Amino acid sequence: MSPSMMWTVLIGTSSLSFTIKMLGHSVPERWFAHPRLQRINALIPISLLSALVVAQALVVKTHVVIDHRLAGVLAALCALFAKAPFPVVVVAAAVTSALVYHLH
Amino acid sequence: MPTIPRSTVRDALSISLTVGVYGVAFGAASVAAGFSVLQSCLFSLLTFTGASQFAAVGVVGSGGAAVNAIAAAAMLATRNALYGIQMAPLLQVKGARRVLAAQITIDESTGVALSQAPRGSDAMRAGFWLTGTGVFLFWNIFTLLGALGAKALGNPASWGLDAAVPAAFLGLLWPRLETKFLRLVAGASMVFALLVTPLLPAGLPIIATVAVAVAVGWRPR
Repeated sequence: MSPSMMWTVLIGTSSLSFTIKMLGHSVPERWFAHPRLQRINALIPISLLSALVVAQALVVKTHVVIDHRLAGVLAALCALFAKAPFPVVVVAAAVTSALVYHLH
Repeated sequence: MPTIPRSTVRDALSISLTVGVYGVAFGAASVAAGFSVLQSCLFSLLTFTGASQFAAVGVVGSGGAAVNAIAAAAMLATRNALYGIQMAPLLQVKGARRVLAAQITIDESTGVALSQAPRGSDAMRAGFWLTGTGVFLFWNIFTLLGALGAKALGNPASWGLDAAVPAAFLGLLWPRLETKFLRLVAGASMVFALLVTPLLPAGLPIIATVAVAVAVGWRPR
């Protein structure tokens, strides 16, 4: 991605995020009161975060690829099952992935 | 100025520090995705909502177009509007203070404010401001450290940074999977994202999984 596109992402994300926050502080409550909107809104983070996990762990461009990253994410999964705190989860993934990367 | 319960201050500070440290992961992820140290720091100062920041750099890192990165971040940010609706009547602020309040309206500030309800509305307000400014401070300091660290390390794969990013997403997702239904939605979204990966341009499968949320949430269960 070109440098100007990187700035576009930064400025677009920042201005939209702030507008959304400001909207919450400014609009009448009933605007967001529709039950369907609330149900979907509660599920969006689950769907998007799930997609981001697989996109980052298993995808290169438009191909599904199994490599060292998957080993790291599986280590993270084990750490989460063991109720490890967030930094341990991330470090476990990084160490495992780096090990597999260098062994190959 | 009403006195603030000590326990409120303790709650706010411990959450601020714990969450702020995640900024290291964001700074590193952002640099690994190709953003500069300055851009990474501006993300944390201006966007200041963790999951959205991770999503934006995540889509860019996976080769997605700018519009997809912005859309993914914006959709993750919509919950902040719902938090603002809950916080506005409590805070009763106008002008510049409302702008400040809006910028620090995130999961943690809203969560601590709501959890202080038994201690009264002064404690709720204090919880909101203390947590919001505390997370803002630590999140930005640790973003800088993470970005500088990643820059110094070089090749992301060599240090496992490319696996740390999906692990961070998994860490953000995990506490949300409270029920069997939500775990099913997560599983379905992952399968869906993988299935559409060869069919859509890079980065778009992430946005496309919102279809799963819409389909599942359309009707009451």
